[in-house]
Amino acid sequence: MSGGNGETPDAILEARGVRKEFGGLVATNDIDFVVPRGGIVSLIGPNGAGKTTFFNMLTGAYLPTAGEVRFDGREIAGLPAHTITELGIGRTFQNIRLFQTMSSIENVLVGMHCRMKGGIFGSILRTPRVRREERQAHERAKELLRYCGLHQRVDEEYAMNLSYGDQRRLEVARALGTDPKLLLLDEPTAGMNPQESSEFTAFVSRLREERDISVLMIEHDMKVVMGVSDRVTVLDRGEKIAEGSPAEIQSNERVIEAYLGSGAAGQAGTAP
Amino acid sequence: MTAVAADAWYRVPWPVRRVVVPAIAVALIVLYPKYVADLPTQFPEMSTAVAMCVFIVMALGLNVVVGYAGLLDLGYVAFYAAGAYIAGWFATLQFAPHVVQLWPVTVPSTLPGVHVNVWILMLLVGAAFAALLGIIIGLPTLRLRGDYLAIVTLGFGEIIPQAVNNGDNWFGHNVTNGPNGLTPIDQLGFGTTLHNTFSFLPANYRQEFDVNNYYYWTGLFLIAITLFCCIRLRDSRLGRAWVAIREDEIAAAAMGIPLMRTKTLAYAIGAFFGGMAGCFFAIYKSSTFPQDFTLNISIFVLCMVILGGMGNVWGVMLGGAVLAYLNYQGLNSIGKTFNDTFGTSVSVPTYSFGIFGAVIVIMMLVRPQGLIPSKRRRAEFAAAEEGLDVGRAVMEE
Repeated sequence: MSGGNGETPDAILEARGVRKEFGGLVATNDIDFVVPRGGIVSLIGPNGAGKTTFFNMLTGAYLPTAGEVRFDGREIAGLPAHTITELGIGRTFQNIRLFQTMSSIENVLVGMHCRMKGGIFGSILRTPRVRREERQAHERAKELLRYCGLHQRVDEEYAMNLSYGDQRRLEVARALGTDPKLLLLDEPTAGMNPQESSEFTAFVSRLREERDISVLMIEHDMKVVMGVSDRVTVLDRGEKIAEGSPAEIQSNERVIEAYLGSGAAGQAGTAP
Repeated sequence: MTAVAADAWYRVPWPVRRVVVPAIAVALIVLYPKYVADLPTQFPEMSTAVAMCVFIVMALGLNVVVGYAGLLDLGYVAFYAAGAYIAGWFATLQFAPHVVQLWPVTVPSTLPGVHVNVWILMLLVGAAFAALLGIIIGLPTLRLRGDYLAIVTLGFGEIIPQAVNNGDNWFGHNVTNGPNGLTPIDQLGFGTTLHNTFSFLPANYRQEFDVNNYYYWTGLFLIAITLFCCIRLRDSRLGRAWVAIREDEIAAAAMGIPLMRTKTLAYAIGAFFGGMAGCFFAIYKSSTFPQDFTLNISIFVLCMVILGGMGNVWGVMLGGAVLAYLNYQGLNSIGKTFNDTFGTSVSVPTYSFGIFGAVIVIMMLVRPQGLIPSKRRRAEFAAAEEGLDVGRAVMEE
């Protein structure tokens, strides 16, 4: 894996002192965070560490109490979600949020909404331009579905009727439909078996190589995290407690303490 | 039972299914005035048929808001009123002694007041004004969700008729003529030039013996336009965005759909057709009064959408036709048949609200998805019946 823990001057996403308070509760405390262009970064931490809160500030769902978030050189904190998507951040959801009564293709087409132009009058009159756009969008949607490993026979199937694994794949395909520069994956392998997880790991690497997409993911499966990330950030109780390459994180005492409790770190060191 | 019927229907070869049957249906509908006299009196009279057309257009319009975008609107009557008052302002004597005439087709050239071409009024001005009103009402209210939106729209549905009712003295100006309403409104017609070239186009509907027939055909024309737009929009980029918003606003926004803009468009398009229908109905009745725009109309149109099957244009049209028929004539003629058969003297139409209420309750119990539900609704209800929450069905495995 390339990258390592050195500061990369060319950052696609840069968070400085991002803080979120809910009433008196500090969910994330002045976090500094960087995703290098072309990097694959994992965000890990125990439950309640503030990972999803942090994610929600990147995607426009929450407004940070303090701090700034720069994406591709532009301040994005506080922008509405759809604008952030348009700028080039695509996301998936931890608890799958597909459009249940839309087909696989339609789901991806919704993802492509902000890259299309067809308006009211064009749609009613079905002008050649709109027709061409729709045709190209359908082709591209199919291409994305194949790319994400969905079989042709589920193209017209409602999302609610897909298998769990296919729903996960469709979420990624839909996010790719937004044509992102940075893809945020919120626990993408939750509920997958080891075989599927390792396939997914390979898929994420391919995304970077073939599509030139940077990836930021929240993930609990350490095999996936260590296998694919070139940089790992660990949150615990709203604080960033460690950052570095997977190897560095694995041996970091504070991380082991956060995951296993104090005292475990010493034992872990002596374990055979 | 319906599944069997649907199966049988889909086994019909497609040229018959897609061309022959629809062609026969359209012919029967268009030629209805020609054979209605030979039908039993229970069939809709021409005046009832015109009202049915109006309500079908309104139901189709509301369907864009409620069925496509999932926004519960209880104040739809506001747009109906907007359309009607456009006809009232721009095709009556209201603003006499000023004389403004813009290509009027059925008016003497010396008639005072504002007289704009009624076709333009109906198809563009009334509809566009209602759409504008939809945007004005929509921008502040569409930030709300679900029940909250319903309550605020309910409020606007009440405000508009009240404002109109008191409009005989808006800061000293008589704008709406208050409770006395605006009448008479110019009639539809094609003018003498067109009439002389194509003799089947009447110069002025009101001068024809079978005036209702012409209004009926005009109503069918409006339905055709509305239906065409609704279907095209449903299958477009915008239509997909509406479904996405109806399903999951957060996911829709995360996929790059601007929520406010997209919802407001649904609202404005729904209002557009409501305004068109209102304008047409006002011209047909040649009058418009504040009392025409009660909450009942909003609820009534919403019932048509729900009864017919939200999101499905054919279901909504059926719902609109059935309820409008019952309201304008059906209950009366059913009551008459009932009384003749049993020798009673029950005044059935006085129970109309009880009857409509019962119909809705029974529908909700027996067939909550509506008479002809859309494919999406069917899937939703099927999943709900299996005892699964659609959204989380898979998580529970």
